[in-house]
Amino acid sequence: MTEQGNRKKVVIDPVTRVEGHGKVTLLLNEEDRLVEARLHIVEFRGFEKFIEGRPYWEVPMIVQRLCGICPVSHHLAAGKAVDQLVGVRQLTPTAELLRRLLHYGQVLQSHATHFFHLASPDLLFGFTSDAARRNILQVIQDKAEIARDGILLRKFGQQIIEKISGKRIHGIAAIPGGMNSPLQIADRDLLLGQCDEMIRRAEKSVLLAATLYQQNLDYHQQFAAIDSKFAGLVAPSGALELYEGSIRVKDEHGGLLFDGLNPQSYYDYISEEVRSWSYMKFPYLTSLGAELGWYRVGPLARINLCDYISTPLAEVARQQFVKLHNGVAQPPLAFHWARMIELLHCAEMIKSTLELPTIVGRDLRVEGELCSEGIGVIEAPRGLLFHHYQIDDEGLITKANLIVSTTHNNQAMNNSVKVAAEQCVEGKALTEGALNQIEVAIRAYDPCLSCATHAVGNMPLEVRLVDCQGTLLDSTIKSAY
Amino acid sequence: MNKQIIIDGEVVTYRPGQTLIQAARESGIYIPHLCYQPGYHAIGSCRVCMVKVNGRWASACTTLAAEGQVIDNRTLEVDAHRKQIVQMLFVEGNHYCPYCEKSGECDLQATAYELNMQEDHFQHLYPHRSLDTSHAEVWLDRDRCILCGLCVQASAEQDNKHLFTLGGRGTATQLLVNSSSGQLGETNISAADEAVAVCPVGALMKKQSIYSRRSGERTYDKTPISKLEFKA
Ligand code: SF4
Repeated sequence: MTEQGNRKKVVIDPVTRVEGHGKVTLLLNEEDRLVEARLHIVEFRGFEKFIEGRPYWEVPMIVQRLCGICPVSHHLAAGKAVDQLVGVRQLTPTAELLRRLLHYGQVLQSHATHFFHLASPDLLFGFTSDAARRNILQVIQDKAEIARDGILLRKFGQQIIEKISGKRIHGIAAIPGGMNSPLQIADRDLLLGQCDEMIRRAEKSVLLAATLYQQNLDYHQQFAAIDSKFAGLVAPSGALELYEGSIRVKDEHGGLLFDGLNPQSYYDYISEEVRSWSYMKFPYLTSLGAELGWYRVGPLARINLCDYISTPLAEVARQQFVKLHNGVAQPPLAFHWARMIELLHCAEMIKSTLELPTIVGRDLRVEGELCSEGIGVIEAPRGLLFHHYQIDDEGLITKANLIVSTTHNNQAMNNSVKVAAEQCVEGKALTEGALNQIEVAIRAYDPCLSCATHAVGNMPLEVRLVDCQGTLLDSTIKSAY
Repeated sequence: MNKQIIIDGEVVTYRPGQTLIQAARESGIYIPHLCYQPGYHAIGSCRVCMVKVNGRWASACTTLAAEGQVIDNRTLEVDAHRKQIVQMLFVEGNHYCPYCEKSGECDLQATAYELNMQEDHFQHLYPHRSLDTSHAEVWLDRDRCILCGLCVQASAEQDNKHLFTLGGRGTATQLLVNSSSGQLGETNISAADEAVAVCPVGALMKKQSIYSRRSGERTYDKTPISKLEFKA
């Protein structure tokens, strides 16, 4: 802020202001050794505050605007919370199936977008290759069939969302106690007709992710590597679960720390730490404390946590993944492989769900008695997502708490960035290569800051190197193009 | 005997006593409007139906058709003025169409689309307006109220309940509820009332029909407002 006469000039750094930009500060000690990496995500969106005073039935519609990539996850997590607010514990079979189908479509399209549009340029062309080449357009040019798989899988996921909610993005689907419209038989048939091809493409995607990972195994396993606990939903049977289940936590070695935790009482076992330099909180398992209790969520966590996958092809893929990692997989770059296993699972689930006659049923809504509190928990593409609301007697929101996947992964991302920086930053200067590697480490987690860049897959990022006095030694910025 | 006026170069017949908007509607000509609805007294408050009659501005819902009138309706100049009026209506309230239940069914939004309104243009006033969800069947969101007065008329004349009035002055004008607490919960309003049905925006809404139609299937998703009035 500068002052001229009685005028003040406020300059807001565009890198920190624009949603979807990341900023990393690397802090050095007296010996110029890296002591801390801070990933700043301008994640403050204010939704929790501005839905206060609005009627509960609007909430699933409002909060889906949190995200342009996984709006359905927010819509459904809020929808589940609102079901509880209206006293509905069990949806009609058709409504439940439609919500699940919508969610599988969402996860499929988000995973395809992430892997093919964002990550594949790095993985196919190399993390240090020419930045101008590392984008989806180059993949289309050089690896047309791979790009085609990605584009068609994403399109299929979007089509499912459109047929259920009316729009590919920000449609209308979940209403209190159910869904607003049935799936038309013609739409069911249209989707079903594509399933076999999509499953084939998803199988190829798993193979691609596994091959890329194993081709350069040592590098992939040590890159930005950290050891963490993992948290996520599992089905009562222990199967991979994306929509409804209980929370399981495993330790760094794959040992069971907690199982069968009721997501409805998450506040009993999860706390959030606030740090002055970040808008984003740092969640941790309360009983272990902030120092030890942080964990990771998302595809890698889910594949590590489940005992098996209920669909046959994804289960075979999971077994190969587990075999290589000998129990729990820790490398951040293994996220991509896990993501593709889930993509295959979603493709299989979409087919089996569409084959159920109930999916085109017309009984869509149930009613109940108004309650004062509702908590919706779901596995969004990027991991656990909590929506928690309280209302007054007239149904107006009095309190809201959202813990999104990127927030759960906050500590882990900071730690991975630190390791990546240790691996690639030398001395007091930053190189283009270092910037790229830090970006690759962040991207493995698929945090929401990539929202702004999903189209061409280039994340705007600023990295700053700061000494123990707080003096800026070097900084480098990469803009999106 | 029918007489004639000219609207945008087209000869339109009228019966003595008809307003411009009535005559136009009978001939299948759309004059944008918000506070006017067939069957209600025209009060000419929203100014969206302004036309040029022989070069002078007049509201089509309150001006009687008369011999010799040459009317500019959907000209660039007239529509540009209308668009500004609609923009002012948007910034005077708090309209968040992306999550509004009335989206796709809303006359204000549909008129904005009809007039090719791409942005709000004026600075938002962000007024503090209250929400009333105290009634079991109907709720009132004053953020979205455009003070058209249609519910006032409908409640008094069609529902025989006299539940509403407009109170206050200037930009502080608001829809008031006729009950001791000023809350809907104390009234005998019902979801079946004409006052609710006639609301052209998302101000008076039924609680039970929450987001009942998905995108793409709502009224104005399929037909623009200028065509809808004349659908058989
Ligand atoms: S009332 Fe109409 S214009 Fe206002 S927010 Fe709702 S849809 Fe938009």
